[in-house]
Amino acid sequence: MKKIIKYVIIDILRNKIVVAYTIFLLLLSFSIFNLEDNNAKGLLSLLNIVLIIVPLVSILFAAIYVYNSAEFLELLVSQPLKRKTIWLSIFAGLAFSLALAFFIGVGIPVMLYEFSATGITMLIVGLFLTVIFVAIALLATVQTRDKAKGIGVTILLWLYFSLLFDGLVLFLLFQFADYPMEKIMIGISAFNPIDLSRILVLLKMDVSALMGYTGAVFNDFFGKTYGMIIAVFVLALWIALPAWISARKFNRKDL
Amino acid sequence: MIIANNINKQFGKLKALDNVSVTCNKGECIALIGPNGSGKTTFIKCILGMVVCNSGFITVNGKNILHEWQYRADIGYMPQIGRYPDNMTIGQVLDMMKDIRNKKNTAIDEDLIKKFELDKLLDKRMRTLSGGTRQKVSAALAFLFNPAVLILDEPTAGLDPVAAEILKDKIIAEKANGKLILITSHILSELDDLVTQVIYMQEGKLIFHKSIGDLRADTGQEKLSKAIASVMLKTGNEKNN
Amino acid sequence: MKGVIIILCSCCFQASAFNIHVGSLQQFKTITAAVAAATTGDTIIVDKGIYFEKNLVINKQLVLKGINHPVLDGEKKYEIISIKSDNVTIDGFLLQHTGVSSITDFAAIKIYDRRYVTIINNIINDAFFGIYSQQGINCLIQNNILTANAIEEQQSGNGIHCWRSDSMRIIANTISGHRDGIYFEFVTNSVIWRNNSFKNMRYGLHFMFSNDDAYISNVFENNGAGVSVMFSHSVKMFNNYFKENWGDAAYGLLLKEINDSYIENNRFEKNTMAIYAEGANRIHIEKNVFKGNGWALKIQASCMDIQLIKNNFIGNSFDVGTNGSLVLNTFNNNYWDKYEGYDLNHDNLGDVPYRPVSLYSMIIEQNPPAMILFHSFITSLMDKTEKVIPSLTPENLKDEHPLMKSLPL
Repeated sequence: MKKIIKYVIIDILRNKIVVAYTIFLLLLSFSIFNLEDNNAKGLLSLLNIVLIIVPLVSILFAAIYVYNSAEFLELLVSQPLKRKTIWLSIFAGLAFSLALAFFIGVGIPVMLYEFSATGITMLIVGLFLTVIFVAIALLATVQTRDKAKGIGVTILLWLYFSLLFDGLVLFLLFQFADYPMEKIMIGISAFNPIDLSRILVLLKMDVSALMGYTGAVFNDFFGKTYGMIIAVFVLALWIALPAWISARKFNRKDL
Repeated sequence: MIIANNINKQFGKLKALDNVSVTCNKGECIALIGPNGSGKTTFIKCILGMVVCNSGFITVNGKNILHEWQYRADIGYMPQIGRYPDNMTIGQVLDMMKDIRNKKNTAIDEDLIKKFELDKLLDKRMRTLSGGTRQKVSAALAFLFNPAVLILDEPTAGLDPVAAEILKDKIIAEKANGKLILITSHILSELDDLVTQVIYMQEGKLIFHKSIGDLRADTGQEKLSKAIASVMLKTGNEKNN
Repeated sequence: MKGVIIILCSCCFQASAFNIHVGSLQQFKTITAAVAAATTGDTIIVDKGIYFEKNLVINKQLVLKGINHPVLDGEKKYEIISIKSDNVTIDGFLLQHTGVSSITDFAAIKIYDRRYVTIINNIINDAFFGIYSQQGINCLIQNNILTANAIEEQQSGNGIHCWRSDSMRIIANTISGHRDGIYFEFVTNSVIWRNNSFKNMRYGLHFMFSNDDAYISNVFENNGAGVSVMFSHSVKMFNNYFKENWGDAAYGLLLKEINDSYIENNRFEKNTMAIYAEGANRIHIEKNVFKGNGWALKIQASCMDIQLIKNNFIGNSFDVGTNGSLVLNTFNNNYWDKYEGYDLNHDNLGDVPYRPVSLYSMIIEQNPPAMILFHSFITSLMDKTEKVIPSLTPENLKDEHPLMKSLPL
């Protein structure tokens, strides 16, 4: 398994898009920290970017890579290797490379400018999002054979997680405006890793006070150790579940 | 060596393999022949475990291949289109395969690498290579580990005549070494001096599996291409009647 | 003027009066004994030391002066000084450990229905109530330092508490750790000037049913709920600094049922809500700085005729929030850092109006749990769309002539 991961990583790290992505993040982070007079505010601006761009790049790049590697996957499958090993190696290689790009692009500036609990939370959350969206991309690609269709699906998935889901939440909130929705919202946030990540970081920032009663309810939950453990567990589940399902599907897939 | 028993495979409505049973033995060089979409590639993929058949079973060296993967250590496979990670060099691809197979005890057969002069291109990135060169890499990889079974899917397509000749010679040499070789090809003329048996498939069905001698005797044709053509004509006539 | 004359008069009295010394080496060992022996106009000078006077009642016109802050200890049982005479001065004591009770409002110094009381230069530690004026008139409370360690609202009193008082002067006191820093109820014609009220449990300044008062140049910092001004009219709030009142229910300045008041030249920095106004009418808000607040202004629909002129709004998460569509308040010539308009004729006024209410802030107002979408992609998208095509935000809530550059405030 290690061997394949190694070669996948070697391949991806040479990829121009990954290099460009790293440089883009690096420039963006540095310019944000230099433009904002206040580092905490810079972190907030960076958060918005992390929540939109990181999932988009992760899901798209992973999907395109898998589609472009279709023949390579065939070659690997014809070798004396377990299919699960191959698939998880591809996943691990993609996840590691993109996480590394994120860590260099955002992690280094954050460590230089805002090495605080909030900054570290944002880094961890960004790494989680990277891996989660690679896993989701793998699930999408294993389901759809056609490349164009598959990439369309991944873009739709990204749109769903970063926009449509929140629209649905808003709709629900107004539909059930007469009911206390705060506690239910904690549960609902578990269904979208982007929302969960955003809330985790916001609660670490002092803007959480702005969130009023809702913020207090969330703080009450996620502020405690068990709440934090549950949050991390949910994020881990967002990695494990798509990765596991996609590996199972790949195991039975006709190439 | 390879026994396929009543293999069925369906893709949606399309019946890709319809009750195919074949027995292939050591030291044979078998040509898989049939029109486009006759199920040749699907059959090969079934043997390689890339496609899981709906019913029936395949054994390689007496072992059922369902849910197995180690048996593929005995198989060298050359795909129709070989594509490799864009940013890897030829050297890295070879190293990776050696790494994966990790066979220290068996000698590595770098014969083709030398003959195709791939050792001079080790630092070339895969995405910069022509289709022909990639085919050469695929061929070299298939033979690299001295496998007991060689499965070659359209091996000469895209190769220049010189390279095709090198490959043919290699196939003949390996046949002499007692290996089982499965070839699919459209270009029947080049199979003439290679194959010992012919499997003819059409619309997912196995039409016949004969030794080349029998085929020549039955059809009265010396050339494989002519022999096959007369078979096709015959089956066509039977259908019409 | 009247006050000055009276102070002068009392000085004349003192000139003719005796000085009575209290201390371990003096004739009087306790202040109680000295007070008993004193006559109107005497000055009691207290040496350094610790005095356990139980409840010291001043029922004569006296000046009590401490040398190097002698300590009066209430043993956590008593009210330390009860002033039951006019023209009393308490100067330079350290008062500590008053009693705590849920029935009686124990204070370090309490004025009972008296006039012309002066309480200056005292240090008050760990008091239930610090300085308590019950129907005091024309009293001066100056340069006192009040420190308590309130843990629960029920178990702590206010720093400077004035009830039914008039013409009070609360000047340059430092108050921290109490329930409310300064508490005014039914207090009129008074001034609160240059005080520093911080880290109090509830409000830095709590102001109710108190008319015609002014508070000027105070600093209210890091109080549990900021400053609240309620049920009053004709209040002037000038040059104050409302800072870091940050929390779920913290306000820089909470205005409730306030009429005819002025809020000028104040600085609001890093408050959850800089100004929250409910039922406030005819308020003039001019030349204030709102910087780095969660909400700069929350003006409920129950407000009328609030005029916001020439203020700076810089780096606030939300500039203005409101819960209604009908807006009867005026915004003009403010500087908004979020303004994206242009100024073709270079008169330093933007040519297109600025709408300080974002769509998202309207949504939160209607549906607070929607706050969970704070900083999400969809809300920023909605705000951008609303800016281009305004549809849901109040039509007439806008600054017609926003400033292009911030005012030098």
